Amino acid sequence: MKLTRMKLALCCLALATSSGLAAAQSKPLRVGMTLSEIPTTSGQPDGGFEGYRFTGYTMYDALVNWKMDDPNGPTTLVPGLATEWKVDDKDKTRWIFRLRKGVKFHDGSDFNADAVIWNLEKLFNKAAPQFDPKQTAQARGRILSLRSWRKVDDYTVELTTDAPDSTFPYQTTYVFYSSPAQWEKVGRDWAKFAFQPSGTGPFRLERLVPRERAELVRNSSYWDPKRVPKSERMILLTIPEATTRASALLSGQVDFIEAPPPDFIPRLRAQKFQITSNVYPHIWPYFMSFKEDSPWRDLRVRKAVNLAIDRDGIIKLLGGFAAPAAGAVDRSSPWFGAPKFQIKHDPAEARKLLAEAGYTKDKPLTLKVLVSPSGSGQMLPKPMNEYIQQNLKDVGVNLELITADWEQLRNCRRAGAGAPVCQGAHGINNSSATVDPFSAFKRIYSSGAVPPNGFNYMYYMDPALDTMIEKAHNTFDERARDQWLARVHTYIVDQAIDVWVVHDVGPRAMSPKVKGFVQVKHWFQDMTPVYVAD
Amino acid sequence: MLYYILRRVLYTLPIAFGVSIVVFSLIHLAPGDPLSAVVGEVDAKLLADMRAYFGYDKPLYLQYFIWLANVATGDFGSSLRSGQPVINVLLPAAGNTMTLGALASLVGFSLGIVAGMFAGYNHGTWLDKVVSSTAITGVSMPHYWLAIILVIVFSVELGWLPAMGIGNAPSLLSFETLKHMILPALALAAIPCAIIARTTRACVMEILNMEFVEALRARGLSERRIVLHVTRNALPTVLAVIGLQFAHLLAGSILVEVVFSWPGTGYLLNLAIFDRDMPVLQGTLLLLSMFFVFTNLVVDILQTWADPRVSRA
Repeated sequence: MKLTRMKLALCCLALATSSGLAAAQSKPLRVGMTLSEIPTTSGQPDGGFEGYRFTGYTMYDALVNWKMDDPNGPTTLVPGLATEWKVDDKDKTRWIFRLRKGVKFHDGSDFNADAVIWNLEKLFNKAAPQFDPKQTAQARGRILSLRSWRKVDDYTVELTTDAPDSTFPYQTTYVFYSSPAQWEKVGRDWAKFAFQPSGTGPFRLERLVPRERAELVRNSSYWDPKRVPKSERMILLTIPEATTRASALLSGQVDFIEAPPPDFIPRLRAQKFQITSNVYPHIWPYFMSFKEDSPWRDLRVRKAVNLAIDRDGIIKLLGGFAAPAAGAVDRSSPWFGAPKFQIKHDPAEARKLLAEAGYTKDKPLTLKVLVSPSGSGQMLPKPMNEYIQQNLKDVGVNLELITADWEQLRNCRRAGAGAPVCQGAHGINNSSATVDPFSAFKRIYSSGAVPPNGFNYMYYMDPALDTMIEKAHNTFDERARDQWLARVHTYIVDQAIDVWVVHDVGPRAMSPKVKGFVQVKHWFQDMTPVYVAD
Repeated sequence: MLYYILRRVLYTLPIAFGVSIVVFSLIHLAPGDPLSAVVGEVDAKLLADMRAYFGYDKPLYLQYFIWLANVATGDFGSSLRSGQPVINVLLPAAGNTMTLGALASLVGFSLGIVAGMFAGYNHGTWLDKVVSSTAITGVSMPHYWLAIILVIVFSVELGWLPAMGIGNAPSLLSFETLKHMILPALALAAIPCAIIARTTRACVMEILNMEFVEALRARGLSERRIVLHVTRNALPTVLAVIGLQFAHLLAGSILVEVVFSWPGTGYLLNLAIFDRDMPVLQGTLLLLSMFFVFTNLVVDILQTWADPRVSRA
């Protein structure tokens, strides 16, 4: 009898706990995004990495996912829809991906090799009925090595690259898999699919109101039990205006916002709102021209400009929400290496180097940089650029800021230094993501990436660096590859190729009731453990 | 009257055509690529491929005629960003803007007319001074600044009204939507209210000094009847200003809609500009221009009704 009572009490306790938890989790999590439009929901999100964060990794999976639960370490690759992947020992362009069995799309259809092939055709085969140029536009620039694809069996696919590329698994993290069955069901129409999408992710879309909101609900049968969302419903709201976003949080209209304005942070803190931040693979730089007429070809000038900038002052200007850059990647990255050139604020040394390079008060150095008033990842460009202008003036460098629209700046980056769209600038202030080895190094610093083939805006062409980059891409042992990437980074810092200023730390603010958010060192964040408690 | 209306409607056709050319040219003259914001991180080579796919590699005049031919059949194209037909994006946004504009007009115009009338009749008194100084403040105040102040006071500090959005009610005519509309409508109404108050005041003062008012008084008409005469005489001028202000409310609410994340045409336009979503941008600008043309047409007709001399001019 005693045992029975005990069991009953335990049952009651369990019931009470679980119902309490259920009640806590049943409150919707309302998120204020900085985007003014809901990122596309049909598979490949637009809206940059914010789109990947909110309608990509929430509703979909890639073959290879990112590990998003460790706030301290660098974010690494983990199995997603593929349980393992391996390059062929004999043919290093051939990759075999073993697919996870038992995964279902939100509509109940099976995920298998046919679905992988169908999705790759959706992106890269213009003749395929499911070809969607808008999704292609989002994905194509991120998986450039992919040449062909083939089904081996129901749960194995073979992907080949156009050259050996050890970084290929990173590229696969940008391709999401939509349900072929659902596309058929909605009449083979991607515009309709966007309103009734079906992926394999931990959330599924229940309601979409363009430009206003997307309501995502928990996918209880998600294949990874550890990532079944704690919150039953997550509502994504578009609030591009920073003050409105913070006001909406303060007035209880939302629970979680991205990029609170620095002026509001003391007040949010005072009212017990949680503020989180963490450095992530982002760099706020000046990419400078190495063309014939550019003063940037002189190493002393490059080092002097890097040494003239007071990064701590800029961080203070940003309310403490930035990390000083000592290179293209953060010091905590396995690719940082051991550069000899220490990037710090040393105006005396900067003046000395400029004098050695022949620039004096009578013959000052003038640099023209194209800047934008706003833009993705640009932080607060106007005050930051004006601060740098003042820093450079202190060492005798005239920095002329040419303000251009964000899209014009991006076009200049694509077209390369010296292009008419660049308005005679020596450089551009265009923030950059350094998430994976390809986007961090090869697409920016290799000779093969000069326009129109890549983002080597600078026309920096250095056979020594090319060799190191190729070595990294041809090294299939992960640790050894990271060592090569560290050498690449060491080299570019020692050559002071760019001006590296700060890394963003992605501040976020949330109500004291929001629990479970772990901000990792990445552009993408896991929203599955986040919920609003009572 | 009918002939006059027909003539005015016919005038709008060349205006609409001219507007379409200006809209198209301005968008294409602006720096940037029509696809650059839509395609994300792609290099110049891939961008050229995509441009060809979407037909942006064709000569500009050809793109214009293709677009115009489609618009003439009611096809505004599809959004480059979302793939949705522009008309499906545009109509709900226009509905939201019109609803907000209607409330702002109701508040702004009625308050402006009443305040202006009072100030005009009580010229030189403390009431006139209060109305005039408030009107000057209203005209001088940027509406986006007022919007932010309203949010801080009524949402953040007092917690009475929502700070943003349109709510989640299924219909625009609901209490929840109304709650979301109050602050943006107030922010929008401030400037038109002030302008109309000043115009009405000036008109009333001018009319009160006219000889016919003296004559009416001499004939022993009550002040109430005189007010009616003055109002009737002030109406054409006030109507003209109201017409312009109403069109401004519909077309010029970009900043207020962005501050409040109100999903109207202003917000859509802002989005389309940043995304270089040409079909949406062209469709929205054309619609907003048509708002102006149509509002002017309606005002012209109303003015003719209020003062038949206008149609004979």
